Amino acid sequence: MDIWSLPRSRLGELIALLRARGYDVVGPTPRDGAIVYDSIESDAELPVGLGDEQSPGQYRVVPRDDGAVFGFAAGPGSFKRAFHVPEERLYRVQREGKTLRFVPEPVAPRKVALLGARGCDLSALRVLDRVLEGDRYRDERYAARRSEVLLIAVHCGSPSSTCFCSSMGTGPRAGGPWDLALTELTSGEHRFVVETGSPIGLALVRELGLLTASTLDKIHAAKVPVVAAQRITRRLEADGLGARLAKNLDHPRFAQVAERCLACANCTQVCPTCFCTTIEDFTDLDGAGAERRRRWDSCFNPEFSYIHGGPVRPSTRARYRQWMTHKLSSWHEQFGSSGCVGCGRCITWCPVGIDITEEARAIASAGTSEKAT
Amino acid sequence: MRTPKKPKLAVFKLASCDGCQLSLLDCEDELLAVAGAVEIAYFLEASSRIVKAPYDLTLVEGSITTAHDAERLQQIRKMSKKLITIGACATAGGIQALRNFADVAEYARVVYARPEYLSTLATSTAVAAHVPVDFELRGCPVSKAQLLEVLNAFLNGRPPRIGSHSVCLDCKRKGTVCVMVAHGTPCLGPVTHSGCDALCPSYTRGCFGCFGPSASAHPSALRPALTRLGKTDAEVARLYATFNAAAPTFAAEHQALAPKKGPAA
Repeated sequence: MDIWSLPRSRLGELIALLRARGYDVVGPTPRDGAIVYDSIESDAELPVGLGDEQSPGQYRVVPRDDGAVFGFAAGPGSFKRAFHVPEERLYRVQREGKTLRFVPEPVAPRKVALLGARGCDLSALRVLDRVLEGDRYRDERYAARRSEVLLIAVHCGSPSSTCFCSSMGTGPRAGGPWDLALTELTSGEHRFVVETGSPIGLALVRELGLLTASTLDKIHAAKVPVVAAQRITRRLEADGLGARLAKNLDHPRFAQVAERCLACANCTQVCPTCFCTTIEDFTDLDGAGAERRRRWDSCFNPEFSYIHGGPVRPSTRARYRQWMTHKLSSWHEQFGSSGCVGCGRCITWCPVGIDITEEARAIASAGTSEKAT
Repeated sequence: MRTPKKPKLAVFKLASCDGCQLSLLDCEDELLAVAGAVEIAYFLEASSRIVKAPYDLTLVEGSITTAHDAERLQQIRKMSKKLITIGACATAGGIQALRNFADVAEYARVVYARPEYLSTLATSTAVAAHVPVDFELRGCPVSKAQLLEVLNAFLNGRPPRIGSHSVCLDCKRKGTVCVMVAHGTPCLGPVTHSGCDALCPSYTRGCFGCFGPSASAHPSALRPALTRLGKTDAEVARLYATFNAAAPTFAAEHQALAPKKGPAA
């Protein structure tokens, strides 16, 4: 497989080419003090020369002196929003005489190119694919939105302190499948080393008329995610974690973390794999019609598990335990993988900085040490 | 064929600023539809025409701060098939419930030239503390959209779709960047009941807690984050001592943190 070189000055041409081919390009862009994913029209909208500093409960955009375009880690948003939308109408019902007419809400066809997807984000999409279209309970709306998606990955060179993808096996190098994968090199002439992973990716490279990358650049590019991995200090010991957590469901640590937990649902909303929704029915004021809507919801809301008589999980302890053990333990049985990709969003965007790696370590290690603090 | 009689709507006011009932008049686009669906039987803010009780649906704004209102409320309940309270005053006692944590006589002396003319209770309390309430709609003021949803649900005989989750969930659905984590702005969103569509954070302001505590509100857990952002205990207490000061979850927090005399002022 050949490897190519894209000068930084020509990145805009790639975006223009994608747009000319009818893709809505969704990529990183600075907004309101964060780097978020949104539709972009040119490379001027990318976070040029911006990085981030993250720690539990804190995020700041900071300038970089190398002009890097992809020099940041996971932000508050993920690509989940593009396919598993926060709120939508599913159908309307119209009263017609003595019958009801159901009118499903169509999903507008849209070709999407995800620009700058990191290994964690791509892994998260694969997890969501498995959940939402991987078996007989297919979410046709998600599947429709996901049907024409071009993936342009970036091998990560700028992990934050809350990242732990290396221990989850999801990064910093972005695992395929992707159509193109870029590695950004800023020393010397600012450029991207480009790998192709599909016929469409190769066609894009050919249309741009890219030259093959030098041997030296290939070596430099291969080092980028390796060096990034060395900078990642946070870890989740993923081997056997699910089984160890499942054995310790009554661990006192769950009550302790519940004392610190706000049950505000932020962790579930920033998580790129949390998929829970609620279904709500509304009527027209005159009762002539009604509609059914679906919105993002969270297992941290008491209402989420409400059935006749009360919520199934009445305490924050029960709800935190549900979230963590589903993500790290029962997800394996249900969907054949971990529900966590190690992006660290739940740690950064928890207003009080609760760290899932720290909690999981404490709870899973109880078998070897009963001292749970 | 006889047309079914329209349900009779009444709107009553206790100790309050009128802002919540104004939200109903503020439903400009939908006001005609509402007026067409109900008979406005008692709504002094909108019309001096009064239709006799009983009322099918009664909205009550305001809190109980006088013995006279406490008695009136009993009458209102008796006249009403369904009684729904609207706003922070009616659901939590309002800003005037700061008196619950202070000496009302002292307040009266400071404010009024002739405090002996006043006849007031020592506390401001929610309507539900006095009579059974069918539904409580929060907010200072209530959200127009939620008020319409409550009326709509009543007219169609279904439960209102009013979530009790935190403001954070609404910020995330909207894609608003977290003002606390990304800007270092103190925000009550994580403990506050949704309903305003996360208004303040979408203008890069911290949440003021106008809708009172969310179903799972845990203010003591938010304390370390507010402290880290530079708030003293007295300042944190002050954040909770506003429109929903007497909502039990908020009251516990500002009482735990307030300097030992009276509420934070």
